[in-house]
Amino acid sequence: MDEQQKLQEFQDRIDAGEKIEPKDWMPERFRKQLVRMMSQHAHSEIIGMLPEGNWITRAPSLRRKLALLAKVQDEAGHGLYLYSGAETLGVSRDEMIDDLLSGKAKYSNIFNYPTQTWADIGVIGWLVDGAAIVNQTMLAKSSFGPYARANLRICKEESFHRKQGHEIIATMMKGTPAQRKMVQDAVNRWWWPTLMMFGPPDDNSPNSNELIRWKVKTKTNDELRQSFIDRTVEEAHDMGIEIPDPDLRYNEETKHWEIGEINFDELYRVVTGNGPMNKKRMAARRKAHEEGRWVREAAEAYAEKQKLKEKKAS
Amino acid sequence: MGENGINRKGGEGRMWEVFTQKKTGDPHEHAGNVHAHDAEMALQHARDVYSRRNEAVSIWVVPSDQITASSPDDAGPFFDPAEDKIFRHPQFYKVPHVSKKRR
Amino acid sequence: MQHLEHSKADTSKPFFEYLLRLGDDRLILGHRMSEWCGYGPQLEEDLAMANIALDLIGQAKALLEYAGEVEGEGRSEDDLAYFRDDIDFRNLQLAEQPNGDFGFTIARQFLFSTFNELLLERLQDHPDRQLAGIASKSLKETRYHVRHSRDWVLRLGDGTDESNQRIQQAFDDLWMYTAELFYMDEVDEILIKDGKVPDLKELQPEWNERVNQTLKEATLQRPDDDQYMATGGRVGFHQEELGYLLMEMQFLRRSHPEAEW
Repeated sequence: MDEQQKLQEFQDRIDAGEKIEPKDWMPERFRKQLVRMMSQHAHSEIIGMLPEGNWITRAPSLRRKLALLAKVQDEAGHGLYLYSGAETLGVSRDEMIDDLLSGKAKYSNIFNYPTQTWADIGVIGWLVDGAAIVNQTMLAKSSFGPYARANLRICKEESFHRKQGHEIIATMMKGTPAQRKMVQDAVNRWWWPTLMMFGPPDDNSPNSNELIRWKVKTKTNDELRQSFIDRTVEEAHDMGIEIPDPDLRYNEETKHWEIGEINFDELYRVVTGNGPMNKKRMAARRKAHEEGRWVREAAEAYAEKQKLKEKKAS
Repeated sequence: MGENGINRKGGEGRMWEVFTQKKTGDPHEHAGNVHAHDAEMALQHARDVYSRRNEAVSIWVVPSDQITASSPDDAGPFFDPAEDKIFRHPQFYKVPHVSKKRR
Repeated sequence: MQHLEHSKADTSKPFFEYLLRLGDDRLILGHRMSEWCGYGPQLEEDLAMANIALDLIGQAKALLEYAGEVEGEGRSEDDLAYFRDDIDFRNLQLAEQPNGDFGFTIARQFLFSTFNELLLERLQDHPDRQLAGIASKSLKETRYHVRHSRDWVLRLGDGTDESNQRIQQAFDDLWMYTAELFYMDEVDEILIKDGKVPDLKELQPEWNERVNQTLKEATLQRPDDDQYMATGGRVGFHQEELGYLLMEMQFLRRSHPEAEW
């Protein structure tokens, strides 16, 4: 079979709704895209632990502390599922971590913003996780089996993440003026970066068409963004939160909320490593990795010794 | 990845396949992977990763490179992204209810 | 060895005082463990440590909630956690020790969990059903903490030269805080007389045996018992680091004392 035929068969399988598994034939480009997406997604979960972890020790009640700790722990788990998914394509976790720590790999720009107040924890749950769920629900139907399965598990576990965030800010909005001010301030800071999480607009999205043709994604960036906006704007108004967009309008005809223009220059600036927190997040990860090295080496040495003992005994 | 599924020195350890039993009487089903340096660590990691919500009453772990698997018979001379490494990966195996089921 | 003069134990409500001590150990140690979240030596270990922190803080929440009930002055678990000062905290000084490296955290956890398992085994038969229930649930969790920390003591002790030195150093540095595990005063005496709580002296031989056995297996030396041994945590005497821990834990709640979160 020549390359063209194989490609056609591959596309036919996808069009028929079949899942592609790691051992199946796939275009090199498909493999590359999947490794890129899964490892970036995994890195984002791992880096994403830091801004929220920042508030575990300061959570204002024991109930909130437990919920936040469990949530950040879940993110470590989600990173783990996604790394495993990428590993099915022959790249090791160690290699992926090296790429992250050397700055070669990207991760979601959203985590390069600081978490200033407790309201940020609520808003991250409500907005950032809300956006992530929209995306992951789609990816749970992805044509690549391991990626779909990882996202399915993530979606199942994440259902409480968004809810705990929503509850935090709903409670604060019913509270003191200082609490309401914190929430509004946090929404002002996180709203636009959250909308940018969905990626560049469709007419300027280099990967989108291909990924949709391969059903890795089933919706475009703009479609996902719109469904997030429609849901979130209603909830914001319900809680008495103002969306920081003077151009926000409800279109009676399309039944959609329309937003002002997104400043994508900001996205590119943060993605390319110039966000306020890039250096600090990376430094924190590198430090943890380096400080854990002696522990991992000890575990390795111990395992070797145990193996030798077993050999001697038998 | 280095030889035998063991990652490089000072790395996160070799890969293990995790099987969990949801309740007694049920079969052990594939849950996913963990990295660990020894079996006991793999078992504990599996518990921490795949039973944080009490999803398991019993857990098996096995080094990924110790699994022998069938291969698709329609193989042909296709591009294989990880031919020598595939036996380590759970996603290769079709086992009942991998977690595809929605509840 | 000369001991410092501390405040006297508050015996007006001995059972409340007892629950506070149990709750504070777990709250403070759980807080320390939670500081690791996102910074573990390996991804899976991050999940493991978060699990331990969740268990401990969960235990603390249940114990402090019950302490508030027993006290009968309308204080919730959050009132007790967030609105008491350093000198009113009853935790062991072992629990408040800053994390240090992974080995130090593991050694601290191993020493405490080994004790905790023995204590909870007795408390699960406590005539007070609520405490017995909390103890029984906590015991299951604690058995896992022992297993996790013990295995790491073995790996680090019998791993590389560096890891052996580090974990040995950790035990050496922590040893002075171990006598306090078995500290008892009038609060215990009153409750022991009523047959309600275990005499900690009875736990000590078993604790010694388990610790010795693990240290030996890990090719580590048991530090000398004949050294200065810290005491006073149970009556509110603490190291300087606890103040900073509480400042961080309590600041938001205290900045807005009337607010609901």
